[in-house]
Amino acid sequence: MTAPDGGLVLLAPLAAPLLAAALAALLGWRPLVAWASVGAAAVILTSGIAASVATTGGPALTTAGGQLRADALSSVMLLVIGSVALIATWAGVSYVDDELTRGHTTAIGARRYAIMVPLFLATMVLAVLADSLGVLWAAVEATTVVTAFLVGHRRTRGALEATWKYVMICSVGIALAYLGTVLVYFAARNAGIDGAGTLDWTQLVTHADQLDPGVMRIAFALLVLGFGAKAGLVPLHSWLPDAHSQAPAPVSALMSGVLLSVAVYALLRYRIIAVASLDPSYVRGLLLTVALASLVLAASLLLAQRDYKRLLAYSSIEHMGLVALGAAAGTRLAIAALLLHVLGHGLGKAVLFCASGQILALEGSTRIDGVTGLLVRRPALAGTFALGLGALLGLPPFALFASTLGIARATSAAGLGWALAVAVVPLLVIFVAIVSRTAPMILGAPATTAPTVVRSPGASRALAPLVLGLVALAVIGVLGWPLQDLLRAAGDVVGSP
Amino acid sequence: MSTTLYVQLLDLLCGGILLAAVLVLWRRELASMVNLLALQGALLAGLAGLLAARERSLELAGVAAGVLVLKVVVLPVVLRRALVRSTEAREAEPLVNVAASMLSAALLTLLAYAVSRPLVTLAPSPTTRALPVGLAVVLLGFFMLVTRRRALSQVVGFLLLDNGIATTAFLATSGVPLIVELGVSLDVLLAVLVLQVLTARMRTAFGGTDLDGLRELRDS
Repeated sequence: MTAPDGGLVLLAPLAAPLLAAALAALLGWRPLVAWASVGAAAVILTSGIAASVATTGGPALTTAGGQLRADALSSVMLLVIGSVALIATWAGVSYVDDELTRGHTTAIGARRYAIMVPLFLATMVLAVLADSLGVLWAAVEATTVVTAFLVGHRRTRGALEATWKYVMICSVGIALAYLGTVLVYFAARNAGIDGAGTLDWTQLVTHADQLDPGVMRIAFALLVLGFGAKAGLVPLHSWLPDAHSQAPAPVSALMSGVLLSVAVYALLRYRIIAVASLDPSYVRGLLLTVALASLVLAASLLLAQRDYKRLLAYSSIEHMGLVALGAAAGTRLAIAALLLHVLGHGLGKAVLFCASGQILALEGSTRIDGVTGLLVRRPALAGTFALGLGALLGLPPFALFASTLGIARATSAAGLGWALAVAVVPLLVIFVAIVSRTAPMILGAPATTAPTVVRSPGASRALAPLVLGLVALAVIGVLGWPLQDLLRAAGDVVGSP
Repeated sequence: MSTTLYVQLLDLLCGGILLAAVLVLWRRELASMVNLLALQGALLAGLAGLLAARERSLELAGVAAGVLVLKVVVLPVVLRRALVRSTEAREAEPLVNVAASMLSAALLTLLAYAVSRPLVTLAPSPTTRALPVGLAVVLLGFFMLVTRRRALSQVVGFLLLDNGIATTAFLATSGVPLIVELGVSLDVLLAVLVLQVLTARMRTAFGGTDLDGLRELRDS
C-alpha cells in the first residue's frame, strides 16, 4: 500500500515562511512584510489542521519521495508551531514598530528580524516533517544558527553574553546528538538496514528490535544529553534563562513555546526506537533522571527570582521537566497528555512572553520589584498577564490543568508513583514561588515614582493576539475539542502499549 | 590496495588525528592551534579519501574533497581573520595547567577506549578498532571547551569536538548519508561564522574576549 500523497499539505508550511523571508530580504521591514510572516504562520496552522484531519485514524501523509512525512505526531507539532507562531508573529508586528519608534533598533535590525523569524519557523517545520532522523538533526541545529542573531537583537552586553552562551552550549549539545545519530546509523547498518533510507524513522522503527543494545545504549544517552540541551533539560540548560530573558519578546515566545518542544519531539521519536532495541528500564531511568533534576533545578532558582523574564524561562525548564516525566512513563495516554501539555505550554508562554515584552516597554525594567500595581495602571495588560500565569500554573479552565492531571495519571498508571511523589514537591514549591513573586507586580499600589502611563493607540491592538491565545487555551482546556482523537492517534505512533 | 597497507595507512591517519588533538591542547598560541586544526582537517580528509579508495566509492571521494576544502581552507581562514583583528595571540592563563591537561588527555583517551567497547564488538574490523580515536578526540574537544577562557579557544574546542565526531562517523559507517553530511557541514560553517561575528562584537563591547567577562546575567 502506498501512502497518500500529501504534496501541498506538507510543502506549503515549508514554502510559505521561506517566501516571507525572501520578501523581507527584498523589501526590509514594512507592514506588508510583517503581515507576510503572520500569513506564513497561518499557512503552517492551516496545514497542521489539514494534516491532523488526514492523519487522525488515517495513514501518514508523505511527499518528496518519502523525505517529508506527517503522521499524527507531526500533525500535532505542526499545530503547535502554527498556533504559537501566529500569536508571536502577530504580536511581533507592533513589537518591532514600537522598537523602531523608540530607537531601540535600526532598519537593518528590523530587516534581519523579519528575515530570521520566518526562517526559524521553516527550520522547525522541516524538523517535524523530515522522515530522516539525520535531516531532523540538521534542522534542529539550523534553528540555533538562525536564532543566534535574534537573541542578540539588542546588541547590549547582556544580549551578547546570552548569545555566546546560547550558540556555544546548543552547538555542543547538538553535536553530541549528532554523535548519537551517527551511532544509531552504525547500529542500523550492522542490523542489515541498508540503502539510502537507513536513517529514516519509519525504517528504524520497523527494525528497532534488531539494533545492537550496547551501541544503542551509548547512542540514546548522547541523544538525551544533546536534544535535552536544546529542550532546556538538565544538565545543559544554562543557556536558556539568559537567552529567553535577552531575546526580543516574540522570539522568546517562539523559543520557549516551540523550539523546546521540537527538541522534545526528537526525543519522542528516538525513545520508541530505544525502547524496542534495549532495556526499557534504562530508557525510563535516563528520562526520569533529567526530568526530576530539571524540576528540582527550576524550583530552586524560581524561589528567589527577581527578574520576571527569567522567571518565565525557569518555568519553561519546569514544564519541559514535566513533559520529560511523561515521556519516561511513555504509555499512549502519557504521550497524548504530554502533547497536550506541549500545546498548552506553547500557547501560554507565547501569551506571557509577549505580555512581558509590553510590560518591559512600559516599565523599562525586567526586575520584578520594578513593577507594581499593574492592574491599576494598565488593567487590560495586567489581566492578560495574570490569566496567562493562571494558565501556566495549571489552573482550570486552561489546557495545562487537564494535561498536568493527564501526565500525573499516566505516570502513576505506568508504575512510577514514587517519581510522581518526588515531582510533586518541586511543583508545589514552583506554584508558591510564582504566585508570591508575581502577585505584587499585578496587585499592590502603584509606586509613586512609577512612570505615568501614556496610553498608546496601538495598545489594545497589541493585546488582540494574546487574548486569542488565552481563548484558545480555555477552549482546549474545557472541551478538549477537537483534539482528543488526534492526540490519541499521536499516542499510538510513539507510545509504548 | 592490500589489506596490510590499508590498515597501516588507517592507523597512521588515526594516530595523527589523535596526536593533533593532544597538541592543540598543549599549545598556548592561538595561531598554532589553528594550524594544528587545519592539519587535523587534512588528516581527516585523508581518512575519507582512504575509505573512498578502499570502497571504490565516488560519493565518498567527493565528501573527502569537501572535507578538505572546509576544514583545511575555509574554517582556518575564518579563524585566522578573527585572530588578525585581535591583540590576543595567546590563551590567557588556562584554568588547568599544561601538565594536568596532558594527564587528563591520557585519562580521557583511556575512557574513550573503555566506553567504545560495545561499538568495536558489534562489528570487529581494523576500521572499527580505530573508533575509540574518534571518541577520544570528542572528549578532548569537550575538555578544551570547559577549561579555556578565550572565546577563540572555545571555538577551537568546538571544532575539535566536531572533527572527533566526523572521525567517528567515517570509521563507523564510512560517513553518513550525503544529505546529512551536507547539512552538518553547512551548519558547522555557519555556527563558526556566527561565533566569529560574536567574537568581534565582544571585542568592541568588552575590550577583550576573556569569557570571564561574561557575568552580567545571573540569578539574584
